[in-house]
Amino acid sequence: MNNILVIGSPEARTIALRLFALGVIGLIIGSVAEPFTNAGNLLNILRQASLLFLIASGLTIVIIAGGLDLSIGANVSLSACLAATVIQSSGSLLAGAATALASGLAIGAMNALVICVLRVPAFIATYGMLWIVQGIAYWYMSGTIIHGFPSEVRYIGIGFTAGIPIPVYIMLAFLLLGTLFTQRTTWGRQIYAIGANPTAASLSGIPVNHRVALVYVISGAMSGLAALVFLARLNSAEADLGDSLMLQAVAAVLIGGTSLFGGTGTLAGTLLGCLVLTVVLNGMNLLSISASWQPIVTGAIVIASVLFDAIGRRNR
Amino acid sequence: MPVLQTSFGFSPRVHELPGCAWALLILLVLFAATASNFLTTGNLLNIASQATLLLLLALPMTFVIMTEGLDLSLGALLSLCTVIFAIVVKSSGSVSAGILACVMIGVLIGALNGSLISMLGIPPFVATLGTMGIATGLALLLSEERELIELGATAQAAWSGIWMGIPLPVWIAAVSYGLFHFLLKHTRFGVSVIALGGNSEALRLAGKRVVPRLTLVYVLAGVYAAIAGVLLAGRINGGNPTAAQGMEFDAIAAVVVGGTHFVKGRGTLFGTLLGVILITVLRNGLNLLGLTASIQVAAIGILVIAALAMESRR
Repeated sequence: MNNILVIGSPEARTIALRLFALGVIGLIIGSVAEPFTNAGNLLNILRQASLLFLIASGLTIVIIAGGLDLSIGANVSLSACLAATVIQSSGSLLAGAATALASGLAIGAMNALVICVLRVPAFIATYGMLWIVQGIAYWYMSGTIIHGFPSEVRYIGIGFTAGIPIPVYIMLAFLLLGTLFTQRTTWGRQIYAIGANPTAASLSGIPVNHRVALVYVISGAMSGLAALVFLARLNSAEADLGDSLMLQAVAAVLIGGTSLFGGTGTLAGTLLGCLVLTVVLNGMNLLSISASWQPIVTGAIVIASVLFDAIGRRNR
Repeated sequence: MPVLQTSFGFSPRVHELPGCAWALLILLVLFAATASNFLTTGNLLNIASQATLLLLLALPMTFVIMTEGLDLSLGALLSLCTVIFAIVVKSSGSVSAGILACVMIGVLIGALNGSLISMLGIPPFVATLGTMGIATGLALLLSEERELIELGATAQAAWSGIWMGIPLPVWIAAVSYGLFHFLLKHTRFGVSVIALGGNSEALRLAGKRVVPRLTLVYVLAGVYAAIAGVLLAGRINGGNPTAAQGMEFDAIAAVVVGGTHFVKGRGTLFGTLLGVILITVLRNGLNLLGLTASIQVAAIGILVIAALAMESRR
């Protein structure tokens, strides 16, 4: 079933197309913005994209299952703030990581509860959760910034091993793990089946509710993990840390060829989506285009990708 | 629990209202007892003026949600309109030009939302999430390096004006409520709004075109965000790119708490009116008790999820 590796399969074609697009965008930006092709900047892009991938990978699995998780950005904010407090008071990386993960998992589990047990539609449940979690984060921090972490924590965000940033290794580990899960395990394939047609999946004996609950818990946990890497990279945590991430993650997943209508998509595609988006945003930065353009461009990318997806479906 | 419902003998419409009305009553008693300055004339007027702005978003949001849609872009669009209004008024000196510009951008973004959703079947929350990003960015971009305060007396009149002893915003809200009620109950458009949510296939089979009707629902929402933007600009006497950030959530909350449902496409405007008052009172009361805006937002989030969970249990 590992379609990504089969040359000529639709998945492989989608990914080849994204790679090509990435190359073209990279060439254009590289030719107008001098510092773009610096080794330093390229590694920076890779690190940024890896961070985004951690959140977007969880979202990809949710969208494959036909759902949506709008709470991921707020999840990152709150988990990062909680973990930052624990790291500052205990000085322990392990305690901080456990806090971030536990907070992310708890928010994911709340989503799963509201969607699967209380039967609230996913988009509004996670949208409501966005405001609850964000409200708690702003209340908890009340305008303060937690700044300065021990070097072992910072290493996760800014360290290098063999010339490659640490977040890239984390990203690769989760890309591998996630691809194995989605492509090679029964549960993974069941998630695709649920996204493609929940009724058919349910009738063929798949425990739809359990699997749907699982994808929200995964998404929450990935946001928690991402929170740890984010605070390590920024060396600070504040309540609005994840505010712009939700839109970016949605854009990255959609650029990556995952259909919002469920049932198709790959994590490798999402990684390419993260790279494309990061290259574009980074290029705009280098060309000193105002940061106000970033939500405009990201929003336009979201609309454009879903437009192509919808038109493609109609013509099929 | 359908059996329980029928044994009470309420008609569905009467049965829908009490939940929200009771909650409102409990809140009123609670805040009157705990917050000493809650029941003062000044505070009640403050609640009324807050509620008018929210109602202007919640009325069209009711239509949107009735069609099983959602519009996440309204708060960002409202903020963008305060900025555009301020820019046009400051550069041309003409308030009507400012209003015209706002309504035009409202129609434009509404039409973009509506056509993406109705023509291409793009899920509403994603289409409007995209336009939310665009509107947010535009508002920030346009307000860069610009002085957007001190709009002058005429621009403020829309908010602070009084006609026959009643503030203008209250008039606008009342007229809008009447307009939406008329649209819903007495026009073919209203019938198709109800049909779009309950059964858009039936509408199609009845020979009605879905696309223009559904698009119009989002255009209406855009126009109302623009009107609210003009009022808010008058109130804060300027433009602010984050003035109404997240206000769409308050509107969604008011509609949902008021008994309009995402899945079944039914609801009442009176329920929305109660919902708007409930949300405004909740925010105002928590504020008087010294709880910050972030706690208010979290409380509204819990309220929304609770309301939807209770509804899905019926």
